[in-house]
Amino acid sequence: MTDSNIVLTGQTIAYTFYVLAIMALMGWFSYKVTRNGSGKVVKPALFYSFVGFLVVIGVSLHIVTHETIPWKSMDLNRAEIKADKEFHITMQNHKYLLPVPKLTITKNEKVRFIVESKDLTYGFGLFRNGNSMVFQMQVIPGHVNDILWQFDRSAVYSIRSTEYSGPKGVNMIMRDAIEVVE
Amino acid sequence: MSFIKTLTNSEQGLFKPDSLTPMQKLALRFVVVGLIYYGVVVIEGMLMRLFEVNQGLALGVSPEQFFAIMTAHPLVGIFGSTYSIVFGAFLFLVPFLMKKPLWSIKLGNWNLWLITIGTFVFWFAGFVSHYSPLYTLYWPLPADFSQFSVLGGTFFIVGIALVMVGTAFFVINIYKTITYTPEGWGKQPKGALIKSALGLTGLTNLFSKKKKEHLVSLPVAAIARGTVDTAFNAVVILFAGVLILIYMVAELFGVSLKHSAIDALLYKNIFWWGLDLIADGLVLIFVAGTWYLLATLITGKKLFMENWARAALFVEMIVSWTVWSHHLMSDQAQPGILKILSGEMVTAFELITQGLAFFITLATLWSARPLKMNPPLKFLLGGLLGFALAVPAGIMQADLGLNRILHNTQWIVGPHVHVAILIGLTMTLYSAIYFLFPILTNGAKLYSNKLASFHFWAHLLGGIGMGAFMGMAGLRGMLRRSIYLNGEFNIYMILAAISGSFLLLAFLAFFYNIVMSVGLKGVLGIFMPAKLNTT
Repeated sequence: MTDSNIVLTGQTIAYTFYVLAIMALMGWFSYKVTRNGSGKVVKPALFYSFVGFLVVIGVSLHIVTHETIPWKSMDLNRAEIKADKEFHITMQNHKYLLPVPKLTITKNEKVRFIVESKDLTYGFGLFRNGNSMVFQMQVIPGHVNDILWQFDRSAVYSIRSTEYSGPKGVNMIMRDAIEVVE
Repeated sequence: MSFIKTLTNSEQGLFKPDSLTPMQKLALRFVVVGLIYYGVVVIEGMLMRLFEVNQGLALGVSPEQFFAIMTAHPLVGIFGSTYSIVFGAFLFLVPFLMKKPLWSIKLGNWNLWLITIGTFVFWFAGFVSHYSPLYTLYWPLPADFSQFSVLGGTFFIVGIALVMVGTAFFVINIYKTITYTPEGWGKQPKGALIKSALGLTGLTNLFSKKKKEHLVSLPVAAIARGTVDTAFNAVVILFAGVLILIYMVAELFGVSLKHSAIDALLYKNIFWWGLDLIADGLVLIFVAGTWYLLATLITGKKLFMENWARAALFVEMIVSWTVWSHHLMSDQAQPGILKILSGEMVTAFELITQGLAFFITLATLWSARPLKMNPPLKFLLGGLLGFALAVPAGIMQADLGLNRILHNTQWIVGPHVHVAILIGLTMTLYSAIYFLFPILTNGAKLYSNKLASFHFWAHLLGGIGMGAFMGMAGLRGMLRRSIYLNGEFNIYMILAAISGSFLLLAFLAFFYNIVMSVGLKGVLGIFMPAKLNTT
């Protein structure tokens, strides 16, 4: 499965390119708008083309990500997908209660995390050792909060709450709580 | 003129508060209050930036205080600052553009003081009691009395409620001003005015051969449409406030109500539906309307593709009612169909509506070349750039695939939220302030154009820089609403703090420039009763 780091690298490149392009455009416009013009107004055809361009961009972004980011379609269809392993996790009083001290996963297994909150709204996120994020979801009390994930490489991950639950929640981190093995 | 004389009496003594009408005074009072609260927000923002670098740098701010600041910061920014400036400007512009008096100056003043006092009450309650459920108020955190003081929370919610009542007064005043018949006028067609103001006339004109005349100008139509969202938003926030107050009052009487009586997901949907009417509703609509107004005033030309602009404003209003689910894409219990339709598809419409506004404004400016690069034009272009940067960032995070790895990271609050607010919204407001300054002050002169230029560059570079460095940290996994004790993202936080200091310097330069332009006597005079009876 494509790693979240790869997706974020792609996003960084695309957005940086866009930022530089739009800044250059605005710089050019700001210079030209103070110079003498030919008196011509912008043609409506250019306007309609721009509208069409925006529609194409707006729609295609989600189609492209649906086809290239593997967890997107898996998440939408997760109710129909059988998991290789399930972990039931409880959150209460700003603490994670894991079924076992260390969650061990075999590489390429599809794992379902089912997280229940007994009191507040929390978050459930997996992070690499360098603090970069693998994935996250919200954990709402009174509802089923589940996420399906396929781990395609051996690594050790930490769990961290990704939602603010009051000042007491800032230390909700379980270092090296998940290990993916060969 | 000596420094002291200018500081006391205004630049060249040109500002005479006694010459102002009650309407001008009302608008200027709103602007002064808005700018003071903006100063509070900038200082709070800097404190948080320093705290993110190193807790020791943040003047003794504790983690509890940090989150209390984080709770008050956006609320003071939206209600105390932006609402004040926007309401003041629109309560002036609607009568000004419709060439009729404001329906009620008295209601306008009530509006002003309710927002001013309400903002102070909730800010002070948070400052003293460290009440910090954040602006999101995710259930049942605002009623978690094991972490927060009941009394502090009660005052906090009462402050927000005062602001909402003030907001309701604004809504009433705007719609009454559009539709009422002033003394000595022929009877005004209420229904037709409302249809034109809401954009129904513009929409039918797109598909009809027989074009109907627009009874209200485009900026007034934009204000009217944004005001619809302002009203709905006030209702929803009041509803949440009352709900939380019930829990607080019960607790004060020794009865602990069950949190599970409220469905946290349903509450979150309702609350975000209302809250998003600000972020994805009135802000975008008001900003687009202000761009159109400024473009036509700066150029003296007719707006490019006016019917499209009117229709886009109407579509944006509908979009803003159906877009909230992009805030719940990481909530797994939220139905998938809502995530796709409301979260992804409708949100993508904002790229189109805001893109149209961007294009129409630029095309209108282009038609009037050569233009002089004065402060209003500079800041207008800055505002356009801000939304051109922030809207696509928002569209990206409103994708189910990307949201999984971006939600609640610094990416959301950096390149999207802060760039949209600081560069897009605030620079548009600055453009309006610089443009309206001589009109509102009866010809007072700006103290220094060099300071205005410094204000522009420091604000632009500071805002974009801060957003960019926060975004870089977010892409590397740094969460918002969290504390990193071991300097994990220090390089980005130091660079963001340096950028933030540019924003602070920009504000100080602007504030000094304005105070020197109107003088201290002038500032006081704005708050004295008007000597003229004309509105």
